[in-house]
Amino acid sequence: MEKVNVKDKEIVVPGEVVAVGMSYLPGQGIYRKGDSLIASLLGLVRIEGKVIKILPVSGKYLPKRGDVIIGKVKDINFSGWSVQTNSAYPAMLSMKDGSSDFIRRGADLTRYFNIGDYLVTKIYNVTSQNLIDLTMKGPGLRKLEGGRILHVSPSKVPRIIGKQGSMVSMIKKAANCNVIVGQNGVVWIKGADPKDEILTVETILKIEKESHISGLTDRIKGFLESKGKKVTGE
Amino acid sequence: MSNEIRGHILNYLKNKVRYDGRKLEEYRKVSVETGVSKTAEGSAKVTIGETVVMAGVKFEVGEPYPDIPEEGTMMVNAELLPMSNPEFESGPPGIESIELARVVDRGIRESKAIDTKKLCIKAGELVWTVIIDLIPINHAGNLFDAFALAAMLAIKDAKFPEIKNKQIDYKKLTSKKLPLLVEPVSVTVIKIGDHLIVDPLLEEEKVLDARLTVATLPDGTICALQKGGSKPLSQEEIEKMIDLATEKAKELRKHLR
Repeated sequence: MEKVNVKDKEIVVPGEVVAVGMSYLPGQGIYRKGDSLIASLLGLVRIEGKVIKILPVSGKYLPKRGDVIIGKVKDINFSGWSVQTNSAYPAMLSMKDGSSDFIRRGADLTRYFNIGDYLVTKIYNVTSQNLIDLTMKGPGLRKLEGGRILHVSPSKVPRIIGKQGSMVSMIKKAANCNVIVGQNGVVWIKGADPKDEILTVETILKIEKESHISGLTDRIKGFLESKGKKVTGE
Repeated sequence: MSNEIRGHILNYLKNKVRYDGRKLEEYRKVSVETGVSKTAEGSAKVTIGETVVMAGVKFEVGEPYPDIPEEGTMMVNAELLPMSNPEFESGPPGIESIELARVVDRGIRESKAIDTKKLCIKAGELVWTVIIDLIPINHAGNLFDAFALAAMLAIKDAKFPEIKNKQIDYKKLTSKKLPLLVEPVSVTVIKIGDHLIVDPLLEEEKVLDARLTVATLPDGTICALQKGGSKPLSQEEIEKMIDLATEKAKELRKHLR
């Protein structure tokens, strides 16, 4: 017998049987066991046609191919850099993906990226063992100079970025700061005045805290205006 | 990069503002709760901003030290759980946890907060041992002050268990509290560049030049000092730091009630 046990946007817990039957497909956070689809995450169910998936309420970052993330250089070895990505899996940036320069054998790799540096980098492959391969080749991918780092829940990243980047560009303009949001929940902020940076941090933390309540954009707009900042455009 | 972060924090401090928007000499919001553990004879939870710590007091009986046959003893342990910060590792205690435990211990011991003579059951044979355990639930900076405050609150919360024939019945607590003489409060002042700040965040703790933990009594008596960090401190700086710590201790003392 085929049926769906949950409604759209309902909260489910791991182990809950979301649906029974072969006509539904498991999406993110759902696996199939025999006939039934079972949740593996705590989150909101989304039913999109035949596909059922879960938007997690919180959790660690799961690496996905094509994601632009902010990582921290953890170690340097013979073939490249080992990077911390805020996920449970190790990430490597190989020499050939790290720079378009020709790097001679035995060259000093710290000249490019040193231990402790933060990088905007892209995941170009995630292996079946969940090893992450990174690349620095692409628009906007670079080493970050100065600024400060903020950690947010990776599940809130889409809310911080907004539709087509509307939210983050609103904050950037209003607070006069440069902001880069990595898909792994690491945010980099740099502004000329510390007060601007603090306002940006406050705004982002407010989004993280209130993202589930509707009317988020207007509230953030109001918040920025209440701090005496001019908010323009959408 | 750590140099870069240091420069960034210094730039903030030059603008008289902290990483989280506080003033230089401003504490984060402090809240306290006592009696949080059912298994300990006394316990407390202290929250400073995002830092959360817990302290527990346990009683044991044992033989006194031969040089102080009429006095009970006191022990402080701190265990930095990996759960509270990714940088903490499980295993034998590291330098950090030993220092934390000893600084808290010294504050309580040297101020003579606990009347150890009243912990004697039979001179030379049986005395009470007070064991204070400290654990962080979340480490977001300033464990020193949080631990010291939690330890004092737990001591104030503690009640003696019943004792029969040298055996403690932990299930039955008496209404007798620990004999307290004074109540010390510790405040840590951090120096980064030329700036003195209190209640450091994790980021600030990582780049500090020097720190001074000052345990004081309500009348301003200094009971214990601990200096940390790699840079030296001048005499004026130490005086300034002690003044600042004494003033901030008044604020923290309100939470001791």
